[in-house]
Amino acid sequence: MGRYVIRRLLQMIPVFIGSTFLIFFMVYALGDPVAALFGDRAPDPATAQQIRHDLYLDHSLGAQYLHYMKNIFIGDFGTAFNGESVTSLMGSAFPVTIRLTIVAIIFEIIIGIALGVVTGMRRGKPVDTGVLLLTLVVISVPTFVTGYVLQYVFGVRLKWTAPSVSPSAPFNELILPGLVLALVSLAYVTRLTRTSIAENTRADYVRTAVAKGLPRHRVIIRHLLRNSLIPVVTFIGTDIGALMGGAIVTERIFNIHGVGFQLYQGILRNNAPTVVGFVTVLVLVFLLANLLVDLLYAVLDPRIRYA
Amino acid sequence: MSTSGATDAVMAPEPEPPGGGEERPLLDVRNLHVEFRTREGIAKAVNGVNYSVHAGETLAVLGESGSGKSVTAQAVMGILDSPPGFITQGEVVFQGRDLLRMGGEERRKIRGARMAMIFQDALSSLNPVLSVGEQLGEMFRVHQGLSRKEARAKAIELMERVRIPAARERVKQYPHQFSGGMRQRVMIAMAMALEPELIIADEPTTALDVTVQAQVMDLLAELQREYNMGLILITHDLGVVADVADKIAVMYAGRIVESSPVHDIYRAPAHPYTRGLLDSIPRVDLKGQELYAIKGLPPNLLHIPPGCAFNPRCPRAQEVCRTDVPPLYRVNQERASACHFWKETLDDDSAPSGDA
Ligand SMILES: Nc1ncnc2c1ncn2[C@@H]1O[C@H](COP(=O)(O)OP(=O)(O)OP(=O)(O)O)[C@@H](O)[C@H]1O
Ligand code: SF4
Ligand SMILES: [Mg+2]
Repeated sequence: MGRYVIRRLLQMIPVFIGSTFLIFFMVYALGDPVAALFGDRAPDPATAQQIRHDLYLDHSLGAQYLHYMKNIFIGDFGTAFNGESVTSLMGSAFPVTIRLTIVAIIFEIIIGIALGVVTGMRRGKPVDTGVLLLTLVVISVPTFVTGYVLQYVFGVRLKWTAPSVSPSAPFNELILPGLVLALVSLAYVTRLTRTSIAENTRADYVRTAVAKGLPRHRVIIRHLLRNSLIPVVTFIGTDIGALMGGAIVTERIFNIHGVGFQLYQGILRNNAPTVVGFVTVLVLVFLLANLLVDLLYAVLDPRIRYA
Repeated sequence: MSTSGATDAVMAPEPEPPGGGEERPLLDVRNLHVEFRTREGIAKAVNGVNYSVHAGETLAVLGESGSGKSVTAQAVMGILDSPPGFITQGEVVFQGRDLLRMGGEERRKIRGARMAMIFQDALSSLNPVLSVGEQLGEMFRVHQGLSRKEARAKAIELMERVRIPAARERVKQYPHQFSGGMRQRVMIAMAMALEPELIIADEPTTALDVTVQAQVMDLLAELQREYNMGLILITHDLGVVADVADKIAVMYAGRIVESSPVHDIYRAPAHPYTRGLLDSIPRVDLKGQELYAIKGLPPNLLHIPPGCAFNPRCPRAQEVCRTDVPPLYRVNQERASACHFWKETLDDDSAPSGDA
């Protein structure tokens, strides 16, 4: 197992370098960050040159990348458009997005799995058909539509929650945004759980559990669920990275100052350090989440062995 | 002729068990009917099965694939897939009580504890993500309320009883880490855990290597003797049957077509279907000859032929076979056959055969 983890970590290095270089290249190829800094006014050539030098922009792309990576390793992600360091921007944005992701994951686990179990055990019944249709709707309607609709209904009309989240973004204000963020994944979790449960209810080992005279709840929880949830757990694990990076739309709708919001601002202002810095961290989160999922898989299913 | 003259005149309602000791069978299945309500129609999988097992007795259930052997066993255990399966008629009398009229909770307590089942494929029948120790210990934890630690000790004891080497270490392992034979021993251990009165073994050795089949069968027979359990052995292997069974029930299209003590049936079957089965066993003395096979296919359970279900395939079939369902004729005290021409069939074999 230890060797496997080390190998996986080593494999991450080229992936990490490749993906960050790609982002770096794309962002820097996009436009002139110095011009963007001045907006509509034309910058004074001498000043522009000075800034260019300060930002290490007067070197080749490769040299710039190396310089950037070197700085990252000493914890310097550069300066954002508003003069703040990108590191401090991350310090305020990531906790917010992590809270939002936690809310979303909790929705996925509780609602998604519950619906999946109920429909999986009542295949073909009205509940099953109803929920299945609902998941189809949720999957096919874009997040910004569901987001604005739910915001309008619960935030503006019913006033159950604030339509816009305050900068500190406490958990209670993140419930509705978390639900919006979770919806699509939640629909997938429901379907995945349903299929998995349906497959396993007919499994021989479930029949054995019944033949052993175990009470129904024990058959379901300890035997049926324990096996059926393995693919679901791994899906949710992989989803963590996707949710954190994919919150851009949701964070815009509810004005949440998280990762998605900062990333959006960075792109809008053509601020390379912000974009590259945030994406780099997201890539890391994604890679680590994937490794954790694979390890978790081996814990949940003893038949999986890593060497 | 007999010592007790009083009962002599009365017809015995039940065939005497071979031991002759007990009057009441441990399990008595009476006129059991099971059907599967599927999209294609109603499949009549079990159509009036009668069989009984006494304590310490082994009943072998024989029959082609799809004849309803497993479904009958599942109905007896109460683990029928329902829906689509439904018991439409009959009684399953176990230790004097009809299980089909029992409440779910009462029935559950009998299941696993008083009657247990051994399945064919131990790999798929054991839970892949729980250790063998947990799965064995679960019997004691659920039925006897033992603690985790006590249950584990019991699990080790059980594994030693079915002669799994290094039980103390292997108790932590998972089913996929065991060989086929060892896995089936685990299944047997699980069935034996609470020392049930009845064990139903559904083709317990079919999935195994020929070399370990005998070992597993011997173990099962030995444990049965030791605990004086009733054993229902569902099998295709007529060789095994001759060795361990006391009596045989032959199933065809969801019915018992012949039931008999084991030696009688080998000597002279009273049903053409049984005859066909026996003739299709490879025999050492007839090596080189083409193997006999019953012609045709088992009937479609959605459309069982009228009259005797076996008539399209039967070499002896007459007009009456296509119209009248043969009742279960009593051949003698211990034997019965569902064939209009059981006498003729029996005589074929009883009479010295033409060729030497
Ligand atoms: N869950 C089910 N749904 C629908 N039909 C079923 C189901 N289980 C069994 N059957 C039907 O019942 C019939 C009898 O099946 P059963 O498993 O008892 O046969 P068997 O005698 O045990 O055969 P084998 O030797 O292959 O195990 C089969 O033809 C099958 O079509
Ligand atoms: S009743 Fe007729 S068809 Fe059926 S087994 Fe006997 S002889 Fe054959
Ligand atoms: Mg079967």
